[in-house]
Amino acid sequence: MTIALIPILPLLAAGVTALMKRGQRVPAATLVIAAQAASTVLSLLAFLQTLGAEGAHGEVARRYFNFPWLSIGSETLSLGLLLDPLGAGMVLMVSFVSLLIFIYSVGYMKEDANFTRFFCFLSLFSAAMLGVVLSNSLLLTFICWELVGLASYLLIGFWFHKPEAAAAAKKAFITTRIGDMGFLLGMLWLYSASGTLLFYDHGHGCLEQAALTAMATKTACVGLAVSNCIALLIFCGAAGKSGQFPLHVWLPDAMEGPTPVSALIHAATMVAAGVYLVARMFPIFSATGTVSVALTTVAWVGAFTALFAALIAVAQTDIKRILAYSTVSQLGFMMLALGVGSVTAAMVHLIAHAFFKALLFLGAGSVIHGVHEEQDIRNMGGLRKYMPVTFVTYAIGMMALCGVPFFFSGFWSKDEILHVAHQWPVSQLPFFMAVAAAFLTAFYMTRQMCYVFAGSYRGHAHPHESPAVMTVPLGILAGAAVLMSIPATPAWPWFHGYHNGEPITFDFARLFEHDFLTIAGLSVVIVAAGIGIGYFLYRQFAAVDPLARIWSSGFRTLANRFYVDEFYHATVVRALGLLGCLAAWIDRWILSGIVRLVGALSLAASSLSDLFDRFWINLGFDSICGGLRDGGQLASSWESGRVQGYLRFLSVGAVLLLIILGWLLT
Amino acid sequence: MTLQILLAISAILFAFGLAATLSRSNSIMILIGIELMLGAANLNFISFWRFSENPSDLVGIMFAIFSIAVAAAEAAVGLAIIILVHRRLKSVEADDANNLKG
Repeated sequence: MTIALIPILPLLAAGVTALMKRGQRVPAATLVIAAQAASTVLSLLAFLQTLGAEGAHGEVARRYFNFPWLSIGSETLSLGLLLDPLGAGMVLMVSFVSLLIFIYSVGYMKEDANFTRFFCFLSLFSAAMLGVVLSNSLLLTFICWELVGLASYLLIGFWFHKPEAAAAAKKAFITTRIGDMGFLLGMLWLYSASGTLLFYDHGHGCLEQAALTAMATKTACVGLAVSNCIALLIFCGAAGKSGQFPLHVWLPDAMEGPTPVSALIHAATMVAAGVYLVARMFPIFSATGTVSVALTTVAWVGAFTALFAALIAVAQTDIKRILAYSTVSQLGFMMLALGVGSVTAAMVHLIAHAFFKALLFLGAGSVIHGVHEEQDIRNMGGLRKYMPVTFVTYAIGMMALCGVPFFFSGFWSKDEILHVAHQWPVSQLPFFMAVAAAFLTAFYMTRQMCYVFAGSYRGHAHPHESPAVMTVPLGILAGAAVLMSIPATPAWPWFHGYHNGEPITFDFARLFEHDFLTIAGLSVVIVAAGIGIGYFLYRQFAAVDPLARIWSSGFRTLANRFYVDEFYHATVVRALGLLGCLAAWIDRWILSGIVRLVGALSLAASSLSDLFDRFWINLGFDSICGGLRDGGQLASSWESGRVQGYLRFLSVGAVLLLIILGWLLT
Repeated sequence: MTLQILLAISAILFAFGLAATLSRSNSIMILIGIELMLGAANLNFISFWRFSENPSDLVGIMFAIFSIAVAAAEAAVGLAIIILVHRRLKSVEADDANNLKG
């Protein structure tokens, strides 16, 4: 199977690059980019293979191969790789976007001393993500998932000499680890409930009918089916990686990494992994019907996150942080789509979002590069004149994200999500939350555009356009953000047919159906309102944000991100600190008390023997003692205080013992 | 894959670990060397278990899992000690921590 090469090539490249010297910049970058390009080509071939393939029994075509990895007693754990429409579209997007980001990084990281190390980590990141996408076993998914976590830790903390970057890396690692705990528990439970971790295995996999029925009919606790419990636990992991409330706190801080890393985390890898995991495990989430407890939870969490993060984004002033909160919000949209039962809508938005969000981040990187590492949008302005290419591509990305109608992918994919949310039988509230979030998206992106590109320059540097190695990937991504709108329109529902293995027909009349027109009309109105109000408020720069003038306490709450970080600091961090103090107290007073008691007892005993010595034995022994002291000094000179010296004696002794033992035995 | 090959790999791993522990002066490197030696010991457990008369009773793998857990705890304690030493001496060189010399 050639698809195994897709993750293996970048992994090998990462391994080889790790052994290179610091100065070997050109070979490192060439190798990593070549490996990534090769795996992009292989992904494209794999994708083309899935296009014409027909599945059996009206299902989508799935090709997989499994192999035993570990056999313990009578149990065998298998790993496997899987190629189906869900994964094939994703793998093409991941490898292609990663490739563009790698090329861009050559320009962005040019002056960094640790250029080689950076490319090694990038390659590892992409390899791990490709592994998550192609895995046919939850175990392999988990392994690659943790590798994604590791690579993100290394990359967010790439400039670890900055304390904020080191702290952000730690925060990302620990926050996602909390979610991963749930993932691990869910995986163990799934194994005990279904006896396998393979997704598809000729009718025996955990996502196939037999196992699903067994899990859906058994009840675990408080009336929840086993499948729902497992799904909720796995969703914990997905929420951690995809930055869903309440585990979203790491994502904005992850901006401390170099900008290409932010683009990679926010578009192609990492955050997409959570959404993809839920999409992959969707049969378990929906084992008890499409409004199961697990899916309802996913929908509510998604809708809430979409609105919550969009509100925070309105009041941020760091160019990358605005985009970070916008990612959190868009991930909320995807989770909402999954929760209301439409995997296709979520995946279309995921892939469309990956292109335009990578574009926006790389554009932001180009801006930051152009104004000499300034990230505060209040110190920018007027960059349209200085950076025309960046401006045009950024504007395309911004319009795609806002969902400006007809020629931008975001419009169609977001519309689809609003559409499925509208049809959700449980409640209409998530739909209205999503509409509000869509309005805010248009608003905060317009605010950002006005601050960065309009007016006149307010900083002190000399802004300049970025080199071609950075602007060409921007152009390609801008093209993709526009072209992605073609397969997502309801007139030609290519994605829908492709994902579900249905024939794809072109029917222009679908654009004029009543329920589509209502939602589309509504979304055009809210986008126009968002952009209009945003432009009206921010068309002229003001030192105080116009919103802060209107309602300052509310704006401050938003600017402080609803105080979630402070809340965690006051509860979780403080509780752990108290636990640490308690442990230190036990250590100091109880354990150490015992030690001191023993010490005092032996002191008492020795002072007794001291008396005994002094008044009884001390006669004539002095010379012997002198000899002993000299001997002791000689012996103590061996005690060099060097741990390794002791260890050397120890190993020599062990070897001698071995030789004697061997001699005795023969 | 025979038992001899596995034991040879394990011996080589152990020798690497011992060499690192004896020759590196950075205490983090020493810790890594110790981990290598533990890995070699685990490999021995697993390979003797695999080639034992009755590999289905899981004794070897249980032993290895135990020792992995102990190694994790050891690494945590070791790193904590290194952090404390660094706070006090501003150095992680093993030779600088010689307050107990005779």
